[in-house]
Amino acid sequence: MVFESLSGKLRETLKRLRGKGKLTEKDVDAALREVRLALLEADVNFKVVKDFISQVRERCLGKEVLESLTPGQQVIKIVNEELTRLMGQSAAKLNQASSPPTVVMMVGLQGSGKTTSAAKLASFLKKKQHTPLLAAADIYRPAAIRQLQVLGEQLGLPVFQLGQQDPVTIARAALESARKNRNDYLIIDTAGRLHIDEELMGELQRIEKAVSPHETLLVVDAMTGQDAVNVAKSFHEKLGLTGVVLTKLDGDTRGGAALSVRSVTGCPIKFAGLGEKADAFEPFHPDRMASRILGMGDVLSLIEKVQTSFDADKAREMEKKLRSQQFTLEDFLDQLQQVKNMGPLNQLLEMLPGMGQMGKKLKGLTVDDRELVKVEAIIRSMTKKERLNPDIINSSRRKRIAAGSGTRVQDVNNLLKQFDMMQKMMKQFGKGKIKGRGKFPFV
Amino acid sequence: MGIFGRIREGLKKTRSGIMGRLESLFSRNIFDDNFFEELEEVLIGADVGVETTLEMVEKLRRLVREERPGEADRVVEMLKGLMLEVLGEESSGLNLAAEKPTVILVLGVNGVGKTTTIGKLAGRLRAENKKVLVAAGDTFRAAAIEQLETWANRAGADLVKHQQGADPSAVLFDALSAARARGSDVVICDTAGRLHNKTNLMEELRKVRRVVEKALPGAPHEVLLVLDATTGQNALAQARVFNDVAPLTGLVLTKLDGTAKGGILVAVARELNIPVKFIGVGEKMDDLQPFNPTEYVDALFSPLT
Repeated sequence: MVFESLSGKLRETLKRLRGKGKLTEKDVDAALREVRLALLEADVNFKVVKDFISQVRERCLGKEVLESLTPGQQVIKIVNEELTRLMGQSAAKLNQASSPPTVVMMVGLQGSGKTTSAAKLASFLKKKQHTPLLAAADIYRPAAIRQLQVLGEQLGLPVFQLGQQDPVTIARAALESARKNRNDYLIIDTAGRLHIDEELMGELQRIEKAVSPHETLLVVDAMTGQDAVNVAKSFHEKLGLTGVVLTKLDGDTRGGAALSVRSVTGCPIKFAGLGEKADAFEPFHPDRMASRILGMGDVLSLIEKVQTSFDADKAREMEKKLRSQQFTLEDFLDQLQQVKNMGPLNQLLEMLPGMGQMGKKLKGLTVDDRELVKVEAIIRSMTKKERLNPDIINSSRRKRIAAGSGTRVQDVNNLLKQFDMMQKMMKQFGKGKIKGRGKFPFV
Repeated sequence: MGIFGRIREGLKKTRSGIMGRLESLFSRNIFDDNFFEELEEVLIGADVGVETTLEMVEKLRRLVREERPGEADRVVEMLKGLMLEVLGEESSGLNLAAEKPTVILVLGVNGVGKTTTIGKLAGRLRAENKKVLVAAGDTFRAAAIEQLETWANRAGADLVKHQQGADPSAVLFDALSAARARGSDVVICDTAGRLHNKTNLMEELRKVRRVVEKALPGAPHEVLLVLDATTGQNALAQARVFNDVAPLTGLVLTKLDGTAKGGILVAVARELNIPVKFIGVGEKMDDLQPFNPTEYVDALFSPLT
């Protein structure tokens, strides 16, 4: 779960700051020491952490916190604001050439996911009615060109290649071809290389000179550790990056590299890779990611995702229910049906507010998709009355439901317990505002 | 230049090498709180991880308090000793089966360098005059089979493959039958990269392992998890989950030719007690080397000369 552990850690720490009238300097330091460890464990580079902590400390020690009525709120607000500031405020768009084609160059270390991201980006653009051309300029890794071709075929995208020729020649010819065929985007996949490999870095500089890309995107594995800083810095110094693609965010990494890279290059993270399928690729929302770190959940992303898969009316209705706490098992079942259209469950769950917290308490909710079938069977074995008011489900009803759904009473118990916790969570969430700053659901 | 020369070279290039900081740190000869705090940062900066670092530095503090060493050199030795305590002092080779073929299963998350490692490992074994067969068990990623095929050709190893999208268990089953028929000494099985939190894919892996075991009792003799040296603390989670699904017999740490130090090794070794068998230090055939803990620690802590 993205940033789950980091959120968990931060929440633990911040919880301790709750309920006190005033914060002492000692309190702030104790809390920030924990925040520091949490960030380090999340792989945020130690220098970045240092800066972050000192900034937050400075702000916390001002009267803002000490004289405020609810100090806990203030600290969270400050940590959140500083994190958001560090990550960049809003989603960044892809640069566009004044006269097409817009040239995008993908660069990065080996295995960061350049080829896959290039194909995903092209597919993303195609969906927006653009006509991208992919160019295969990784002439070193065996079958890298073939990989791009196969992906191109699968996605119905043209792929330009000249075999193992000089990548600079390939890039130039690809640009020619894009112009001739009126492709409005040219996406160049380059070979993975070490940032300290002078020769190969020189090759990238030559490609850059030859085709003057409008976007030079560094592809970074979200699992990268402390070294992310060195990598990003070198690539940025040599090529002048314009953005970052963060890949493998569907893993359970804490993803501190995102903060590191952002802070040493100043470049926005433009896209996030979230899975192996071509559509598991989204514009990166740094503000939401920062709030996710703080455990507020990525409500905005959820609603957006819901809107593309649900019809708009249903989405509005659900959002209302979420907010007004009238969310019943019936709705839950209804949602399950729609969830099936929305992709893997884990991805959705992590967007829910408080899921970081929930996930830890309820291992059962980080379910694999087969679990859905079971859950559905259990709910379907309930009467309508039971679904609307689960409190009436006593032990004999439980036995009946278990028998009816071919599960065990334990499973029924688990589901009811989970649902109960979920409702509580929704309640907390309903009391908070999504956008309003300063009012947080868990303070 | 030896491989550790190359690691050192990498460290030199960035000027952010562990030693660059350690040198200035140790030249002070004063071992106070600041010293230990900075030492913590150095280790954390090498991806050793917070928990392992804190534990190690705490032990070092105690040692320093007891022994009261006068010089930095002695403290370096102590720290090296603590790391070797965790990593083990001896390098450990491949487990070879008493009766051929030896079956090696290679696992890891996406993009760590499984296929490349297999290519190099096949080359190594071929150089020892072993008959090697590689099995193209990554039937998912586009062109993974072709990539492995290229490496197999380079190494002079046999290849068993199916189509993309085929059942990986079936590929490995066929590979084992072929290996027995052809009298191969070693079978190296590629698998598709998978993130360890994808339950379905991990279940698939469980099955793959089971099928290998059924096809040849006693196999797999080696289950190697490939870790990327640039990976941070997540490598620990990877090792945990993979070890649970298919008990690991060894680790391979790739991409050590960059500026990443792969310090997460220490954390993994500390928690799971799995030996590191090989390290990858480049893209060429002979860039896979047996891991030698003493040399590794020396390379991390030796002066940059």
